[in-house]
Amino acid sequence: MSEPALHSPGEQAVAAAVLRSDRFRLEREGDWQRLDAMVTAMEKGKLRKLSDDDVMALPVLYRNLLSSLSIARESSLDAGLIAYLESLTLRAYFMVYGTRTSFGGWCRSFFGGGLSRAVRSIWLDLLVALAAMVAGAVLGFWLVDGDTDWYFRLVPSQFSDVRVPGASREALLNTLFGETDGDGLGVFAAYLFSNNAQVAIMAFALGFAFGVPSILLLVYNMVGLGAMLWLFASRGLTVEFIGWLSIHGTTELLAILLAGGAGLHIGRALAFPGQRSHLVALGQAGRTAAQVMAGVVVMLICAGLLEGFGRQLIQSTAIRYGIGYGILALWLAYFFAFRPRQA
Amino acid sequence: MARAADLGRTRGRDARLQRILVTPEGVALDVHVAPASARAAALFIDLGALLGMYIAFVLAMLLIVWTFEWADMPALPESVLGFLAVLFIIGTFLARNAYFLYFELGQRAATWGKRAVGIRVAARDGGRLTAEAVIARNLLRDIELFLPVMFMTSSGLQGSLSEFAAWAGLAWVGSFALFPLLNKDRLRCGDLIAGTWVVQAPKAVLAGLVADGTAQREQVAGLADDRYRFGEAELSVYGEYELQTLEQVLRTANPEAMETVAATICGKIGWPPPIGDERAFLEAYYTQLRARLERGMRFGRRRANKNS
Repeated sequence: MSEPALHSPGEQAVAAAVLRSDRFRLEREGDWQRLDAMVTAMEKGKLRKLSDDDVMALPVLYRNLLSSLSIARESSLDAGLIAYLESLTLRAYFMVYGTRTSFGGWCRSFFGGGLSRAVRSIWLDLLVALAAMVAGAVLGFWLVDGDTDWYFRLVPSQFSDVRVPGASREALLNTLFGETDGDGLGVFAAYLFSNNAQVAIMAFALGFAFGVPSILLLVYNMVGLGAMLWLFASRGLTVEFIGWLSIHGTTELLAILLAGGAGLHIGRALAFPGQRSHLVALGQAGRTAAQVMAGVVVMLICAGLLEGFGRQLIQSTAIRYGIGYGILALWLAYFFAFRPRQA
Repeated sequence: MARAADLGRTRGRDARLQRILVTPEGVALDVHVAPASARAAALFIDLGALLGMYIAFVLAMLLIVWTFEWADMPALPESVLGFLAVLFIIGTFLARNAYFLYFELGQRAATWGKRAVGIRVAARDGGRLTAEAVIARNLLRDIELFLPVMFMTSSGLQGSLSEFAAWAGLAWVGSFALFPLLNKDRLRCGDLIAGTWVVQAPKAVLAGLVADGTAQREQVAGLADDRYRFGEAELSVYGEYELQTLEQVLRTANPEAMETVAATICGKIGWPPPIGDERAFLEAYYTQLRARLERGMRFGRRRANKNS
């Protein structure tokens, strides 16, 4: 096979000096390297150091790069060049299409409606989680009511100091309105937060196993509460106990309810993906649930502060009720009544 | 048949991990899913960094308390001790939950370990990597890794770790650790619920032109620039694969390799070997072969390798 027309000496001389595809490259490599420097700066988080000219030029340079890549693939056999263009395009693509809003912007959209929407969209799972928690509390109350030995198995040892079946009314009352100095409260609040947050994260993450462990965890956490409720009710301290619990418990239990509901949401997407594929269903459920979880962590910070400081410093049952249910009303209004128009 | 131009690019990479991502502009980009080995390496680097920072944090706190004791100061005031305790609890919580979250929320979507091995997190659908997705994939890390490990170490230290619990813990970690190997996209459970995956993010440098003609002009002053001129028959023995192998040889510029390759080419086309002038010979052959093959490309004729 011969192609004499393509092998004139003149044409070969040009080719030997600079290949046509090399000329293509030499004409454009300045733009590529400019974009490369910009992408590198953006990757290092130095977006603000880019000049206005650079920011204005970014979309144009990016589109030119895409067309350069397409042309190079069809006209150049320089593997090093194509590897460079592929890599640069991918990096620029992540920058151009991966750019998120700033942290402040994310917070605005999250607290200004995103969180509420996410919570509302998992309402069914929240109902199931609520049912599991109520069932747990009732179960604990009922078990201890039948046989007081259950109490020691159901209530964590840190709570069964003097709070044991048979304790006097005064001893129990003291645990609710104990004398406290203000010093250890910060530590206590931090400990409570970290502990509860870890339980909430577990309740969420275990939802991956079809939600079953999430339900078990919710029931388990509430059984002890039901048992303690029986103990205080047996000495006629129901109202005081609920007041002691409510000041932080409305926030904390609601947070754990949300975490469990978020876990169930994932488990449900895994078990019943509906018309979507499992992967798509799980991805959507996971992202909704993650928003709820970010809210849960914020709520648990509030609960830790209320429990560490509020409960010890406020000794009046009426004020405890007022704070506890006032905050609960605020949370519920925020989640279910707050419906800003979607931007 | 794979695109012939892929040959030079995908060498050394697992073709089963290659995916195509179509940008909104309609250009298909090659994306390589990070292999399990890279993921494991990144994880170990991260855990090492995390452990190092945590130990430094704890030591710094202990140092404060010790300094007070050495200096014979009256016992630390309660409030300072309390503050340190709060700091410790919050620090522990952040170490467990915030390290991966913080780095993967950044522009590079990669922790130190991931940066070190050149991989990053990306959204599976090619769209934006949202904060929710990063939160979701890292919350699951807690039960995949931290929970069983902490359970086993704490009960192991207390001596209350039963054999059954130890095996159960190992099986737990093992099943989550092996999960990425059981699906083609190397997804961990966290990736599954977040709609993310981990891809290679190579950072290539634009190397110079392979053959800019200087070797021919400079090396042997007494010879003409166009002393190597190949005919149609001599250029038609090789295809794109050989061209890109030759490119590799020229970029590496190892004299022995160039000598071998030059001898091989000369053997094939029946020329005497260009002793001492291999670079000029190879550059000339490369340039002319590439000119020929690229001309064919423009007319829609491609030749993957010497056998096709």
